[in-house]
Amino acid sequence: MDTTVTTDSGENVWGGGNRPLGASYGKLMMWFFIVSDALTFSGFLAAYGFSRFKFIETWPIADEVFTHIPFFHGNFPMIYVAFMTFILIMSSVTMVLAVDAGHNMKQNKVILYLFLTIIGGAIFVGSQAWEWATFIKGDYGALETKGGRVLQFVNAETEERAALADFSTALPEDRTKHTSSEGIWFEEEGYQTSYSLNEVVEGFKSNPSILIRTEKINEEGEKTVLDRKQSLARLKDAVRVVEGANLIRNEYGSRLFADFFFFITGFHGFHVFSGVVFNIIIFFNVILGTYERRGHYEMVEKVGLYWHFVDLVWVFVFTFFYLV
Amino acid sequence: MAHEHKLEIFRGLLKFKSNTQKIWGVLIFLSIVTAVEVLLGIFKPAILVGNYFLDMKLLNWIFIILTLVKAYYIAWDFMHLRDEKSSLRRTIVWTPVFLVSYLIFILLFEATYVFEVFRDGFLAWDF
Repeated sequence: MDTTVTTDSGENVWGGGNRPLGASYGKLMMWFFIVSDALTFSGFLAAYGFSRFKFIETWPIADEVFTHIPFFHGNFPMIYVAFMTFILIMSSVTMVLAVDAGHNMKQNKVILYLFLTIIGGAIFVGSQAWEWATFIKGDYGALETKGGRVLQFVNAETEERAALADFSTALPEDRTKHTSSEGIWFEEEGYQTSYSLNEVVEGFKSNPSILIRTEKINEEGEKTVLDRKQSLARLKDAVRVVEGANLIRNEYGSRLFADFFFFITGFHGFHVFSGVVFNIIIFFNVILGTYERRGHYEMVEKVGLYWHFVDLVWVFVFTFFYLV
Repeated sequence: MAHEHKLEIFRGLLKFKSNTQKIWGVLIFLSIVTAVEVLLGIFKPAILVGNYFLDMKLLNWIFIILTLVKAYYIAWDFMHLRDEKSSLRRTIVWTPVFLVSYLIFILLFEATYVFEVFRDGFLAWDF
């Protein structure tokens, strides 16, 4: 275990001895990695904070974006993310239990708990994939102005968000996807929206109950809804239809919002994925009896440290992305 | 490797009989904290949303403090920092705490400045 070079002059090499922190080489290196990785994530979250404070009055409200849970329709803000958090904490618990069983040299218990940890991790990664898919698909659709601002729609009677499909009129127009081989070579469309700008604008004009909701957050902490006259004036600025989200634009509001969502939760999801892979490798080692022969289960503890770290990061992502 | 565990949490207020019990106890505590966060997030009490401290809503302060509480228990009990030497603990905790506080301070300060530049119309962006 001692991979470090020590002098031959007995134990005492200055005040701390050869192992001043009392932790094995492997564990210390895992802590090194975790501290540096924590700084990386802090950098991301601080950058997110920067962008958010920069657009503090227009940033999308997370409660209005993440409202879905699988298999159910309706508005359930945060429920699903809370469930994901719980799954991750739970898998952290089974991981500590595996470490604890390892300390007591109980091979079968380690196998069981590691297995449960892997399952928990898989559920979490799956949930995140679903979350991404929902986010990319979008639900209401919006218009984007020349300046890159997003205009969303509200039904004045019900005061609920209105989807493009609710009011857009189908026009007898023929529109093809703009590819780089036809037209301007350096421009192309990744996807074609279900309604053209014209159809949305015409639909808006013929539906007096639809109002525009801007990105601006008012004193009550809600997005500002324009009245009909202002809405019609604002509509003139619109240049394109936005549905769902990609790395360039999204229907939820500030472009950086989706970018950070993809980047931070993606980076975290990749950590969870690697954690699951590590857990699987260690899981098979445990089954094969590698650590039983080695006489200790420190490897489970080291992988456990990584796994808890992933949980720890999620606690912060959860707060700064979904709660605050 | 030492196998003794420190079995007290909340500064000795709660003492568990075995390490396994402590783990479940910490899980219950973390779940309660998460549930409180979610409930606050859904209901958003007006008194917490309307009042500010250092330019941030009280509700957001509560969220951040609860997050740090959760982080503490994950690191101390799940990552076994409670059982490590205090020198290792301090090395791990204070290095990021120092660096991250500095980073947050400069970035948020700068962001507020940029926000004011945008708001005061030195730059057209809402069109």
